[in-house]
Amino acid sequence: MTPVNSKKTPFTFESVEPESGLRAALGMSRADIIGEVGACNLRGRGGAGFPTGTKWNLAAAAKVKAGGTKYVVCNADEGEPGTFKDRVILSDHADMVFEGMTIGARAIGATVGILYLRSEYVYLRPHLEQVLERRRAGNLLGQDIGGLAGFSFDIHLHMGAGAYVCGEETALIESLEGHRGEPRNRPPFPVDTGFEGQPTVVNNVETFAWVVCVLSRGAHWFKSIGTEKSTGYKLFSVSGDCREPGVYEFPLGITVGELLEKVGGQGAKAVQIGGASGHCVPASEFGRRIAFEDLSTGGSIIVLGPGRDMLAVARNFMEFFVEESCGQCTPCRAGNAKLLGGVEMLQRGECSMNYLQELLALCETMQLASKCGLGQSSPNAFVSIVKHFKDEIMGRTLAH
Amino acid sequence: MSADTRQDLNSSRAPMSQKAQQVTPSGSDAAGYIGGLVSVNIDGKDHKVPLGTTILEAARQVGIKIPTLCHHPDLCVAGVCRMCVVEVENQRALQAACAYPVTAPLKVKTHTAKVRQARRHVIDLLLSTHYGECYSCKRNNNCELQTLAQEHGVDFYRFGHVTESQYPIDRSSYSVIRDPDKCVLCRRCVRTCIDVQEVGVLEAVGRSDKTRIGTYLDKPLGDVVCINCGQCINRCPTGALHANDASDEVWRAIDDPKKHVVIQTAPSPRAGIGECFGLEPGTPMTYQMNTALKLCGFNKVFDTNFSADLTIIEEGTELLMRLYKALVKNEPVALPQFTSCSPGWVKYLEHFYPEYIPNLSSAKSPQQMFGAVIKTYYAKLNNIDPKDIVTVALMPCSAKKFECNRPEMDSSGFKDVDYGLTTRELAQMIKEAGINLPDMPKGEFDDPFGTATGSGVIFGATGGVMEAALRTVIELVTGAKVESLFENANIAPVRGFDGVRYVELPLPEVAPDVIPLLAHLIPSWDFLKGATLKVAVAHGTANAKKVMENIKAGGQFSQCHFIEFMACPGGCIGGGGQPIPTSPEIRKARARAIYEEDAACEVRKSHENPAVLKLYGDFFTDGPCGHLSHKLLHTHYTARGKFIG
Repeated sequence: MTPVNSKKTPFTFESVEPESGLRAALGMSRADIIGEVGACNLRGRGGAGFPTGTKWNLAAAAKVKAGGTKYVVCNADEGEPGTFKDRVILSDHADMVFEGMTIGARAIGATVGILYLRSEYVYLRPHLEQVLERRRAGNLLGQDIGGLAGFSFDIHLHMGAGAYVCGEETALIESLEGHRGEPRNRPPFPVDTGFEGQPTVVNNVETFAWVVCVLSRGAHWFKSIGTEKSTGYKLFSVSGDCREPGVYEFPLGITVGELLEKVGGQGAKAVQIGGASGHCVPASEFGRRIAFEDLSTGGSIIVLGPGRDMLAVARNFMEFFVEESCGQCTPCRAGNAKLLGGVEMLQRGECSMNYLQELLALCETMQLASKCGLGQSSPNAFVSIVKHFKDEIMGRTLAH
Repeated sequence: MSADTRQDLNSSRAPMSQKAQQVTPSGSDAAGYIGGLVSVNIDGKDHKVPLGTTILEAARQVGIKIPTLCHHPDLCVAGVCRMCVVEVENQRALQAACAYPVTAPLKVKTHTAKVRQARRHVIDLLLSTHYGECYSCKRNNNCELQTLAQEHGVDFYRFGHVTESQYPIDRSSYSVIRDPDKCVLCRRCVRTCIDVQEVGVLEAVGRSDKTRIGTYLDKPLGDVVCINCGQCINRCPTGALHANDASDEVWRAIDDPKKHVVIQTAPSPRAGIGECFGLEPGTPMTYQMNTALKLCGFNKVFDTNFSADLTIIEEGTELLMRLYKALVKNEPVALPQFTSCSPGWVKYLEHFYPEYIPNLSSAKSPQQMFGAVIKTYYAKLNNIDPKDIVTVALMPCSAKKFECNRPEMDSSGFKDVDYGLTTRELAQMIKEAGINLPDMPKGEFDDPFGTATGSGVIFGATGGVMEAALRTVIELVTGAKVESLFENANIAPVRGFDGVRYVELPLPEVAPDVIPLLAHLIPSWDFLKGATLKVAVAHGTANAKKVMENIKAGGQFSQCHFIEFMACPGGCIGGGGQPIPTSPEIRKARARAIYEEDAACEVRKSHENPAVLKLYGDFFTDGPCGHLSHKLLHTHYTARGKFIG
C-alpha cells in the first residue's frame, strides 16, 4: 500500500546530501558531535522540546551497567491524533532517520539501535527492513562503520501494539522489554536507566533527521532559522477544516494566522495545536507563535472551521483519552472518565457552573499529579475549550 | 526494605517500573553532599539524609507523615496512587514522594494548597469507583482508604459514587476471596504475588478506567496457580481481598448442643492476635486466649504445638530413614527431604516443581495430624462418636483453609479438620462474644494434649521447624544434649530473617544405642558417625524458588539433607491470616514473642514431650512411620503443574 503523497512544501531533507551528516560525524570527536547538536539548540521534535544535545550529553556521561550496552531508540510510535509527519519521513527519508540514529550512537557510545514502530505503520516494515539491509551492505551499519575502526552499531525494528501511551518514552521502554506499556517513575531518567536498565537515548523520528542536517550544514545554519528559543524548521501535520491538508515544513515561530493562510484555513474558529493533548487556540489568539516558548507542538495542527461544535470537539478528545490512559495512576485513570462525563453533562445541558468549577480544579490536579505526560496534558483541550468558548458550551444549559 | 523480603532486583518478572530506584548523584551540586548525606529542606526546615533516601522516607525520619496508599514497606516502589504527591521547588508538576530519591539538595513542601487539593481529588476519584458500604466490609475500621478519607475531611462524593456492582465477587478459592468492586488498583497484591512470592497469579489487565486486577485468562482464583498464601490479603489496603471466613460455620457448630467442638491453636496467632485488640505487636496472648475460647463456647482448647512435636517425630524419623536407606541400604531415595507443614509451600511445589514431590516429607502438617488424632485417639479416649466432633484450627494462615479441604485429608474416616480460622476471624469472634481479650485471666490448655514443648512453639517463625527437628535429631543421633552444642538449646544459625540460610552440623560422635521408639527401624547410628548434616531454610516462595533452581542446577542446596520451606515471609508469624497491617518490624516483634515462649518452656524438645510419648505408647503402638501412623499422620501430594488449580 502506498500512502498518498501528502507533502505540501519542499522538505530541507531532500536537499541534504545523503550520508553527509554521518561522514562529518565520523570525522569528529564524540564531544564535538554533542557540542554541535547542543550549539544548534535542536529541541525534541516529538513535542516536549527537550534539548537534544543535553539529552545526548547525559547519556554519553552515564555509565553502562555490567555486561550491557547503551541504546539509541527512535520513537516512531506516532500516535498523537492529527500527527502523520513521521509516517511521511519514514516513507520518503528513512535513510536519514537511520543516519541520524547512527550519529547518535557514535555520540553516546551505543552499539544497539531500536526503531519502535507504531503498529498501524506495519506496512512500512518491509520498506524499512530493506533500507536497513542496504545500509548494512553499504557499511553504514554493522562493524567499523564508514571505515571507523571499532565503531559498531546496528538497528532493528520493534513493533508497537497499538497503545498511545507507548509514545511516552519510559512506557515505550517498558513495551520494548515485553511488559505492559506503562510509564515509569522519573527519576531515574532513560539517559541513565533506560532499556534493560542501561543508558538510553529516545528521540523522535524527525529529531534524528534534523541531526543529520545539522551535522551536514552546521549548527550556525540551523540556528539562523526560527526563534532564539526554538531554532530550525519543523514539520507540521495539518488536518481539519482547511483547503490543503498535508505535511508542511515551516520555521518555528510561525504564527497561527500565517500558518492558516498557507494551508487555506482562513476563517477558522479555532485551531487545536499539539493534538489531543495540545491546546485549543481561539481566533482571537491567532497572532501567537508556534514555538516551544509559546504554543508547543509535536506537529499536529487541527483546523476547526466556523461550523464546528466545540463540545463535540472536546468530547472527541476526551473519548480518546478515556480509551488511551494506561490506567496506572489515579488522576489519569479516573480523571479522564470524569471529564468525559462532564462534557456529556454539558451536552445535555445538565452541568452546573459549580460542577464545572470542580472539574476545572480536577484538571489542575491531573496536570500536576498524574504520573506521566499523558495524564498531565490530557485535560489541556478541555480546559482551553472551556476557557475560550464558555458562552458556547454553557449556552446548552440555557437552551435546555 | 528489610532483609526478609528484599527482592532480587534482577528478577526478570519484576517490571522495571516497579524496581527500586537507581540512585545516581547528579554531581552538579556537589556542595550538597556531606559524607553520603544530602540536604533536604522539608516544610522550611533543613535536614540531612543519606543519599538516595526517598522524600517520603526523609519526611518520616523527621516526623512528617506524608499520606500513602500504594506504598508498602515490604514492596518496591510503584508511584501509581499519587496520594503522596508533594511540591518540589523548581518542578512544575507535583512529585510522588514515595518514588523520588533525594540525590541533590531539594526543597520540598508537603501540604500546600495544590498538594492538599490533589490528594483530596485522588481520594474523591477512588471513592467514585469504590463500590460497597463500609459497614458491610471485612476491613471496616482497618481500611487505608477509609482512614485517608477520614483524615482528609471527605464528607461528600465530589465526583459521584458508583451505585451498582461492576464485578462479581470471586469465591472460588477455599482461601482467598476477591471483591474487585473494592479494588483501588494500588497493585500491592500484584507486586506481592510477583515480587515477594514470585508466583505471579495477579496482574493488571485492561486499560484506562477498564483496568482491573486479573488472573490468567480471567479464571477464578480457585482454578489458577494461586498457592493460597494470602500475602496479597495482608497487603491489600481495602477489602478487595480477604480470607474465606469460616466463623459463621464455627458459631453454628458451637451453637449445636450435639456437637463437641474442639479448637487447636497454632503458635503464631497467639503472637499476633493482641494487635487486633490494640496491643503492641509481639504481645503474647496464649493463655488469655485459652480462657476466651472457652467463654466463646469451645468444648476443648488444644495446643497445635502438641502435634508440631508429633510432626517432628514423624518427619524426623522419615528423614533418618531416608538417610539410612540412602547410606546403608543404597536404596534410591529422594534427598534433600523438604518440610511439608506449610500448605502454601506444598501447593507451590505441586504447581512449579511437581517433579520434586518425592522430596516432600509425607508427614501431614501439625494441623492435619491433630485433626486425625482428635477424631480417632481422642474420640475413643472420651467415648465420643467422631461424627459429632467438630475440629477447628486457629491458624495464622489462609492456605490452611485449602489444606483442610484437600480430599485426601480424611484418613480417620472423617474430615481431619472441619474448619480453619484465621487469627483475624477469631479476633472478630472474640469481640462478637463481648470479650476484651487482654482482660482475660490466664487459662491452661486441655488434657490429654496439654503440655507442649518449646520446639512446637517455634514452628511459627522461619527456621523454627528446622531448629525443632535439629534439637531432636542431634540428641537422638549423638546422644549428647543440644545444650552442650548450642547455648540454651538455641540453634542460632537457623534463626533470623535472611531469605535463605544454609547450615552444616558435623556429627563427630554417635550414640551407642538407638532409642526404643526407633530401634525397630534403624539398628544403629554408626552410619552417621563422622557425617556432616547439611540443612537449609528458606521463607517466602521467591526464596524457595532460588533454592529450588539451585537444586535443579545441582548446586549447593542439592547436597542438603533437609530443607525447611515456608511460603510466607517470616514464616507463619507473617502468614496470610495474621492481623493487618504487616511489616518487617511487626514480624520481628511476633517472632520475638515466639522465641520468648520457647525459652520459658519447661520442656524444649519434641522427643521429650510426655503427651507425645504417651500417644505412641497407647495408640500409635507400631511407632513413628508405622502402619497406623502412615494411615493417619502421613499423606500424599498432587502434581498440579500450571493448569490444575
